[in-house]
Amino acid sequence: MAVFILNINGKKQQVDVDPATPMLWVLRDHLNLVGTKYGCGIAACGACTIHLGNIAMRSCMLPVSQVGNQPVTTIEGLSEKGDHPVQKAWLEHDVAQCGYCQAGQIMNAAALLKANPHPGDAEIEAAMNGNLCRCATYVRIRAAIKTAAAG
Amino acid sequence: MSIIKTSYSRRSFLKVTALAGGGMMLSFSWLAGCNPTPEEALTLPKEWFELNSYIKIGENGAVTLMSPNPEFGSNVKTSMPMILAEELDINWKKVIVEQADFFPERFERQFTGGSQGIRLAWKPLRTAGATARQMLINAASKTWNVPAGEITTEGGILFHKPSGKKAGYGEMASKAAGLPVPKEVSLKHINDFKIIGSSRKNVEGLNIVTGKPMFTLDYKQEGMLIAMIVHPPAFGLKVKSVDDATARSMPGIRDVFTIKTLEDDYERNGFDTTSFTELVVVVGNTTWEVMNAKKALKPTWEKISDSSIVVQGRDGKETVTIPAGLESTEGHKASMAEMAKKPGNVLRKDGDPEGAFQKAARVIERTYSAPFLAHNTMEPVNCFAHVTAEKAEIYAPIQAPEFSMRTLTARLGLPKEKIHIRLARMGGGFGQRAYGHHLVEAAVISQKLNAPVKLVYTREDDMTYGIYRPMYTATYKAALDEKNNLIAYQVKAGGIPEGPLGHSQNRFPAGAVDNYLAEEWKQNSNITIGAFRAPRSNFLGGAEQSFLDEVAELAGKDPIAFRLELLERARKNPVGTDNDYDPERYAGVLKLVREKSNWSQTDNNVHRGVAAYFCHNTYVAQVIDLSMKENKPVVEKVYAAVDCGIVVNPDAAANMGEGAIVDGIGNAMFGEMTFVDGVPEKNNFDKYRIIRQMEAPKSIEVHFVQNEHDPTGLGEPLFPPIFAAMANALHKAKGVRLYNQPFSPQIDKKVLG
Repeated sequence: MAVFILNINGKKQQVDVDPATPMLWVLRDHLNLVGTKYGCGIAACGACTIHLGNIAMRSCMLPVSQVGNQPVTTIEGLSEKGDHPVQKAWLEHDVAQCGYCQAGQIMNAAALLKANPHPGDAEIEAAMNGNLCRCATYVRIRAAIKTAAAG
Repeated sequence: MSIIKTSYSRRSFLKVTALAGGGMMLSFSWLAGCNPTPEEALTLPKEWFELNSYIKIGENGAVTLMSPNPEFGSNVKTSMPMILAEELDINWKKVIVEQADFFPERFERQFTGGSQGIRLAWKPLRTAGATARQMLINAASKTWNVPAGEITTEGGILFHKPSGKKAGYGEMASKAAGLPVPKEVSLKHINDFKIIGSSRKNVEGLNIVTGKPMFTLDYKQEGMLIAMIVHPPAFGLKVKSVDDATARSMPGIRDVFTIKTLEDDYERNGFDTTSFTELVVVVGNTTWEVMNAKKALKPTWEKISDSSIVVQGRDGKETVTIPAGLESTEGHKASMAEMAKKPGNVLRKDGDPEGAFQKAARVIERTYSAPFLAHNTMEPVNCFAHVTAEKAEIYAPIQAPEFSMRTLTARLGLPKEKIHIRLARMGGGFGQRAYGHHLVEAAVISQKLNAPVKLVYTREDDMTYGIYRPMYTATYKAALDEKNNLIAYQVKAGGIPEGPLGHSQNRFPAGAVDNYLAEEWKQNSNITIGAFRAPRSNFLGGAEQSFLDEVAELAGKDPIAFRLELLERARKNPVGTDNDYDPERYAGVLKLVREKSNWSQTDNNVHRGVAAYFCHNTYVAQVIDLSMKENKPVVEKVYAAVDCGIVVNPDAAANMGEGAIVDGIGNAMFGEMTFVDGVPEKNNFDKYRIIRQMEAPKSIEVHFVQNEHDPTGLGEPLFPPIFAAMANALHKAKGVRLYNQPFSPQIDKKVLG
């Protein structure tokens, strides 16, 4: 066990955990930030996507010991009132079915638009290909990203 | 307007005190998608007045609508309250939606599955809404001393126009709640619908996009422990012993034990499917600690013997044989080929098929197959339980709580009044969550520990647990005369461990052909199976509609015209009397998709496949436009025509249709679970291929037939035919027919390379 001071959603958070613990479980079990979802544990589905700095990361394979003082953003910290352009676009297109993967999709899309504010279709598809949606809402996800990009 | 007797859903009006919920999250209908104006902003009332099981109105006019069915993404939590709101005649923006707990004394059929939710709730929900509205009118009638017949309502306000009196529902709610339930009420004419038929956003939209806790996996309470299981690595094995010395000493671990979840002689219901009745359980403080300890266990396994279980299924009591052995996909394929040669169980026979095949000018015979499929819901199996000597609290992702209740009662030794099942939003269901083994497992683990427990499966535990879509094969035969008319049609289908025909022998093209034969067989297996989006139809639709496409081609006919010709025969002069489809509605969706897709228009770079199917009371026809890019198929566009009667929430309905289409294309191309020596070969998403963003269609149009039929199912019917539309489009692209799912490996390797 070791103590880590993390910078999560703009707040300092302290946890005392095994250094190998993935950020996914630090967030979910220790910090009660359960918007970040467990889907596969092997970085193959994207349900656990968070931001490390401005970069989208799969938190299920990111040990807490590697985070350091880099700012972490989760779905709970993406915006104050659910009004990030990507969240608004998701509501406008009523994207979700079961909703389980959508936090990961939104976090990945938000990171994409930060790096590339006006992505083309192929860029959207490539960037979002790592995020599984078993309800298969892919067509709406793509449309929502375009709406968010159009601002 | 129609008059309906309220006794139809009388139990909804029983005044029963609700069990304490706790942790209930309210969903505000106006929150999704727009910011309310100050007038619209909803404040919670000081007091709620319950008019019936589904409807509570506050003194300030706020309305709470209970959504009875579990939500797994099919939009019932929005569309069911919309039906209540329509007949209650309220402003949708003043609605709070609450998920009902499992409470059969108060709610009808709390089952999400079989695409029956809206169809079977249509009348009960309308009646509940209309009855509450009538009680409010009656309360106003008494208060104002005017005839009830002169009172009208609009948007949650009561009007007596002759005297100019008006009052909000909130002002009359207290008095209305004390009035007798009217014996009959009037329902709206569908032309007067204001909410049904106009798109409303998902009531959980904002909660979803902001990551609010809404799934059981997100649930936590004081003192709660995490439990994980180790199940045998192969079908045909059971626990022999476990060396847990290392695991027990690991940080955060509370206990390790082996537990029997279901007794061998327990008479099961159809949803008690349990792959492994004995499990190794690890219990600890946090998920990661328990995951690590689980890996440190050293279990040993032994082979099972032949056994049988008694199951009370949809066709009555049945003894199911569970053979010993470690099965493999190669062995399954060989035994299916053998079984297909033997005579099957005849399900339907019209005319003289044998004679017709003998005198045919041409006989076409093709065999289709599909593998086992895993559901792979994004949220892995999990369940919360807190069982004490007095009661059991369960918080579960479950489609069919009523079936779990009986088993929990028997297994826990508690009466059903002492078992409280709360219904969580599910991170997908697809049929898998109809099977409540996880409720029983969590409950017996909690009972043993005498502590609140959350049972969590890893992805690997989930994917290798079983309850798969069965493996199927079907051989179709068609006889054409000299003029290329279809004179005989035969299907012989089977599966492991269940055949796909089941209750479908009276479907099209039965009724459209003079000579018809449907036969079925099955072969036992120790691999467990369960409902998977459009059970049986999910194979039959693809196989039959691929076959009809090929028959049409060989007969020199347009595939849509060929189907319409058969449907016309079924309409004018049907063969047999128990055909289960309406040929006119079936033809209707084919005509609509022909029009919407501009079927007659051709483009050398676009390869088109069509298919249609009727299941779950709904008619669907689909056209896929495919292009080949760098030798890879790209689905450019999908057109779907759907006749499911009245559509409650059109945009959400289209979303569901789009999902079923993409899911179907994905499973047709990639879906497959294989076995070696009883071991499922795929245990996570790196091996089990699920359709991804790049493979999804570029665009989808879902068109609904406009009519006044009562609504029918929608979650499943768009799934089966798309398998065939895909196969038929791939055939157009490369001139090769694909008979065996999944298609993608064949495309990658040889066929279309």
